[in-house]
Order: sequence, then C-alpha cells, then structure tokens
Amino acid sequence: MTAYVIRRLALSLVAMFGVITIVFVLLHVSGDPATLLVSQEATQDDIDRIRQAYGLDQPLSVQYARFAARVVRGDLGFSYRQGLPVAELIVERLRATFELALAGLAVAVLLGVPLGLIAAARHGSAVDTAAMTLALLGTSVPSFWLGLLLIIVFGVQLRWLPVSGYGSLEHLLMPAFVLGGFYAAQISRLTRASLLEVLAQDYIRTARAKGLAGRAVLLKHVLRNAALPVVTVVGLDFGRMLGGAVVVETIFAWPGMGRLAVQAVLGRDFPVVQGAAIMGAAVFLAVNLIIDLLYGWVDPRLRAAAHRA
Amino acid sequence: MAGSTLVFARPRTERRGLRPLARRVLRSPSGAVGVALLAVLTAAAFGWSWVTPYDPAAQDLSVTVHPPSLTPIRGNVHLLGTDQLGRDILSRLLVGLRISLLVALAVVPLSVLLGLVMGMVTGYRGGWLDLALMRVVDAQLAIPTLLLMVAVVAVLGSGLLQIVMVLVIAGWPTYARVVRAEVLALREREFVAAARAVGASDARILARHVLHNVLPTVLVLATLQLPVVIVLEAALSFLGLGIQPPTPSLGQMLGHSQEVVWRAWWMPTIPGVAITLLVLAFNLMGDRLRDVLDPRLRGLGQL
Repeated sequence: MTAYVIRRLALSLVAMFGVITIVFVLLHVSGDPATLLVSQEATQDDIDRIRQAYGLDQPLSVQYARFAARVVRGDLGFSYRQGLPVAELIVERLRATFELALAGLAVAVLLGVPLGLIAAARHGSAVDTAAMTLALLGTSVPSFWLGLLLIIVFGVQLRWLPVSGYGSLEHLLMPAFVLGGFYAAQISRLTRASLLEVLAQDYIRTARAKGLAGRAVLLKHVLRNAALPVVTVVGLDFGRMLGGAVVVETIFAWPGMGRLAVQAVLGRDFPVVQGAAIMGAAVFLAVNLIIDLLYGWVDPRLRAAAHRA
Repeated sequence: MAGSTLVFARPRTERRGLRPLARRVLRSPSGAVGVALLAVLTAAAFGWSWVTPYDPAAQDLSVTVHPPSLTPIRGNVHLLGTDQLGRDILSRLLVGLRISLLVALAVVPLSVLLGLVMGMVTGYRGGWLDLALMRVVDAQLAIPTLLLMVAVVAVLGSGLLQIVMVLVIAGWPTYARVVRAEVLALREREFVAAARAVGASDARILARHVLHNVLPTVLVLATLQLPVVIVLEAALSFLGLGIQPPTPSLGQMLGHSQEVVWRAWWMPTIPGVAITLLVLAFNLMGDRLRDVLDPRLRGLGQL
C-alpha cells in the first residue's frame, strides 16, 4: 500500500509540475510577457518597471526556476486590478465554487443513478427508451442555454427563485441543477450500461441457478460490481465540476473561481487568469489523488496493478 | 505489397467500405434521425446562409427586440424577430450555424492529426519521448478545459482564428492518449512483428499497418468530440471570449440575449434550440457510429 501511495503521490506532483510549466510557456509564447502583466493603459515606463520587478529581463531558465519556486511557495503574484495577492483572491472564491460543485454533485447522483437503475430494470421497455431519451437530451442541452431557460421560467415568469447571487439555498438551486444536469445525464447512461453488463455475467447466472433470491443477487452481486465504474466517474465529475463551473458561475453571478477567471480575462488581469488555471488544476489533481487512494484501499486489485506497472 | 511474397493476415481490417457503414448507421432509428437532422442543419448552414433575408450585421434601430412574426414591420418581415440593435435574428442564426459548423470541422481534423501523430510516434517508439509527452498530456488534462481555454484566450486574444487554435490546443491530448494506448497494444501483435521481419521501415509499419487499425477508434472519438467542440466554442463566445462581432455566432447571440432575458424569452430560445439540435444530431450519429465501429469505446462519450 505504501508503494502505491508514494507512486500515486509522485505522479500527481509531476503533473502539477507540468501544469506550472504549461502556464509558464503560455505566458511567454505571446512574445513580451510584460505586456500581459500590466493594464492596457500602462506606459512604456510601467512596462519596463514590471519587466525588472518580475525579472523578465533575465534568461528564460532563471525566470522559469523563479516562477516555479514562487508558485510552490503559494505566491501567485498580484492582481493589478484589485491590488491584492492572487492566491488570496482565489482562496476567497474557492468556498463558493466548492459549495456549488457539491450541490451539483448531489443533483448529478440523485437524478442520474435512479434514472439509470430504472432504465436497466426495465431494459428494452418504453420506460427504458424514455429514460435514455431524457439522458440524451440532458447531454445535448448546453448549460448556458439551460441556465437562461430556468431563469426565464422560474425567475422571470413564476418568480419562485432569485435569478442570480449567492447566500441562501434558493440561490443555490438553479445553478446546482444546471451544473449537475449534464453529469446526471451521463451518470444515468453509465449506470444503465454498467448494470446491464454485470447482469450478463456468468456469475450472476450462477447465483440465480443455485437458487439465490432475486433480491440477494441484486444487492450482493449486481449492485456491488456495477457500482465501481459509476463511483469512478462520479469522482472524476466532481473534479470537473470544481474547475468547470465557469459558465454556470457567470450566468448566475455566482462568486466562484470560474467567474473570477472570466472577469480577469475581460479585464486583462493575466496574473489572476494564470492563478485560476494553476489552482483549478491543483484542485482537480488533489480530488483525483484522494479518489485513487480510496480505491487502492478498497480494491486490492488496483494496488497490485500499480505495483506491476 | 511490394517485393514480399510473405502473406500475413491483417486482423480486424477487412475493408468494410463506407457504404455498408452508412447503411448500418442509418438502420437504427436514432442513427437515421441524427443523420437527417444533421443534413437539414448543414443544408441551412452552407446553403441558405448565403442568401439570408438580410445582412446579418445590418442594424435598424427603429425595430429593436421585436418578437418573431409573419407580419411586416415597416415593410420588412423578420420571421424570427430582431435583436437589441435591430438585426434580423434569422439571418444571424443561419450565419451563426455556419460558423459553428466551420469551427468544429476545422478544429476536429486538426486535433486528430496532431493527436494521431503524437500518439502514434510516442506509443510506437516508447522511451523518454513517450514518457515526456505523456506527462505533458497528463498536465494539460489536469487543467479544467474551460479554464485552460480562458487562459489561452488571455494570451492569444479572441477571434475566429484564435478560437480554432485554442480549441485545437485543448483538444489534441485526448486523441494522443487514446491513440497511444491503441498503438501500445498493436505494436506487440504478430502482424507488426511480421512486417518488421520482412524489413519494413518504422514509418511504413506505422502508415500501412498501425494507422489502419487505429483509424476506426479515432473516427468514433472524433465524431463524439464534434458536439463537444461546438459547445465549447459556443461557451467561449457566450462568455464574450470567442467569436467577436460583427461575425455572428450562436454562443454570442445567447450571450447578448442575457441583457433582455426578462422581457424577450425568444432571444435566448432561438439560438439555444439551434445549438441543442446541432449537438443532438452529432450525439445521435456518434453514439450509433460507436456501436457499429467500436463497441469497446462505450463511456468515451465525454470530454
């Protein structure tokens, strides 16, 4: 187990290092990074000062080492719009993003899993067709339109829910549904496929043949085995929701990290954009690491596979 | 095969031609609906959009935010109404549809090409190149797609060409990873060893034997990625970071409609339905194509 943990941890650290490198390259491909780090109104004097302050007049290798060292220490630079450390701005917003992702995850699981269960139980029937049509629609409706649609219906026409903002449960309902809806559709398709696959296995036939009651087969043999791929994807989805709520946060004026990044691009506040990308990747990698470690603990086959690799 | 008298079977590559493939896709109701829907949308995007009723950028400030109607307003019929600047929504919709399809049809082949080359070379060669490239892929896939795209836009700026670049940059690692995994398995197969034994060069083996076996998988993945690319482009344009005016795009139309959402429900609804139908058509077709070509890929229908 220790070897597995160390291996997984090392892989995550290497990936994080890669992320820092990508962001560094991104900053430099544009030609003169100094122009990205200042506002549009900046004069040549300002640009020169930035170049010196950030060490942009140094060789690239020196700059890279300094940049990486800075990020590792948690220093993501300063937002020139707000004059505050980027790390502080992002940490402030992480709470809202986290709440939204958790609520979205709840929507995705609570809608997706039952829908997939029902469809699989009634495989081939009209119920199955209806459920899978709904799921297909769910994956096809883009979140930005679904969000506006809900705002029109529940916010403007019915006046049941606030159209934007943050704070209460009412504020959370629409964004969570829009964020989780897409994933609910995917999870329902996966749950159905996974169940059908397990039901077709020989060991299920064996369990039935030796006279086990239908319920015992379902609970002990089917659900347990069908759950593994679903749980894997749910974990991945949570990571994606944490970083992918950019659109939903913007529509509902949710004060999260995604909205911060969009506003930063529109305001040409590059250090904040950079910080958001690094932080988004860090959160994603951390969530994945935790999930993988939980798996290694639950499923010994994985540990063995990692050991062999 | 030049010079060689050695005959060896190429597994899984009985040439199946395009026609039987099309028939198998069309045989299922969902596949047929997808193809039909796509045919209509493509015809509208590449045919009708050249003869739009009005110039999609022409403003008429005397008829702003007008609902869809058949009756003429000051002598002009706006079937789907007008936006805040009095531009004809139908005309903008048709051109926007064309832009969405063009972007997707430019981005997906370019990402496929890049991913295919990277995946094939690294998967076949292995070694430090493989190790290094896969770490880059890992790192890039760790950055949430939209955040990565937003960051690239911050550097490259927005506009049609930049959006294509951003989407290719964000798209290729998925193909590279899948292709590499396929190639890793393929290079251990007998027919590759046989080709090597008769003296085929690495380039020839990759082009003649490996590519052939990787293509079905890549084709399925590419079809499934088309709707993803369309949604990502629309999302960027929706946020104001994608296609810039005066070029209309579906996402941009949705973004602009946010200001009047409380009094003009049709403004977001029209482009919204268009994007949904487009994505739905590709999803229906992609799902079916996957089932026909490569059933092992179930579960790949996501980014």
